[in-house]
Amino acid sequence: MKGLRKALPTFRTLWPWVMVATVAGLWACSRFCGGLAFGLRAGESLGGFLVEMALVLPPMFLLIGLFDVWVPREFVERHAGRCAGASAVPWMVLLATVQAGPLYAAFPVAVSLWRKGCAPQNVFIYLGAFSAMKIPMLTFEVAFLGWRFSLARTLVTLPVFIVIGVVLARLLPADFEPPGADSGPGAPGGSRCREPAPVCRSEPQPGNSAGG
Amino acid sequence: MTLLWIITGVAIIVSLAADRRKTRASLIKGLKMFWGVLPLLLGVLGLVSVVLAAVTPEMLQHVLSGSGPVPFFTALGIGSIALMPGFIAYPLAGLLRQNGASTATLAAFITSLMMVGILTLPLEARFFGWRVSLLRNGLALVGAALVAAVMVMVLP
Repeated sequence: MKGLRKALPTFRTLWPWVMVATVAGLWACSRFCGGLAFGLRAGESLGGFLVEMALVLPPMFLLIGLFDVWVPREFVERHAGRCAGASAVPWMVLLATVQAGPLYAAFPVAVSLWRKGCAPQNVFIYLGAFSAMKIPMLTFEVAFLGWRFSLARTLVTLPVFIVIGVVLARLLPADFEPPGADSGPGAPGGSRCREPAPVCRSEPQPGNSAGG
Repeated sequence: MTLLWIITGVAIIVSLAADRRKTRASLIKGLKMFWGVLPLLLGVLGLVSVVLAAVTPEMLQHVLSGSGPVPFFTALGIGSIALMPGFIAYPLAGLLRQNGASTATLAAFITSLMMVGILTLPLEARFFGWRVSLLRNGLALVGAALVAAVMVMVLP
């Protein structure tokens, strides 16, 4: 039991490197000793992923850092907070669809939006839009599957992930905070915004407001 | 991609002009976050590329062609293995269509490929925690099935 508790963190730090080394080894083996098509394919796709990652992630994280420092919390709250309502949806979709890159590039953006006061349902709508309906990818989809298929898929997917976002937000406790990537030991904690979730003021009733 | 770099460059220059110290702090913060997830990211990408190498396009063509519930659910299952960007998903789907995969199967495959990822779960959980990640993937899987079902009605 004690050994297991000790081994788990070691496994956690080591397995990514073992994985990468294995793929690199497989690739090198297939490349230079001949034979294994499997190793070649694995190495080539890892290479492709690494290039993609190196192109997208560094600027993305730099922008997140700038966003964290410069964009005021009230701005995010006003446009995408718990009280922003349905008007936040077009903003989230727009923000997501103009970007390119794999979905994992959107995770850190989503977390920093969340911490700045973006309502969880809007965070999930952002993720949904990012994964399934990016504008730069649309031309690509049309080329391979035709515009009828692409258009129908985009239009059908949009309401589906809005519903997913709303349902997902309902399933979480109101004070839920994402752990974020920097919550490890020695890193700044994610506890900057621990105030309770704001309660939206209900719309004034048309009949009531006049009485005062 | 180039646009992203240009936007980042301009943002950094503007930020530097406004406040040097704040800019420095923010850039270091961003890079630290990147550095923190990098090992996990590499591991997950390694894992995904091994699995991807094991699944060949010929295999996919074999199991996903034809109509009926079996290719449909197979498409959902295979699509859920990892999160894939569109530029991998679309060419693959185009190939499958030439080999007679139905609209429902294609929609299920593409949508689950882009929205559901089991192998990429550790990475997602690092940012959102396991509860959110599992819930999001579960709901996205149901959503993918729903999208496919509606697509069949829209595009017979």
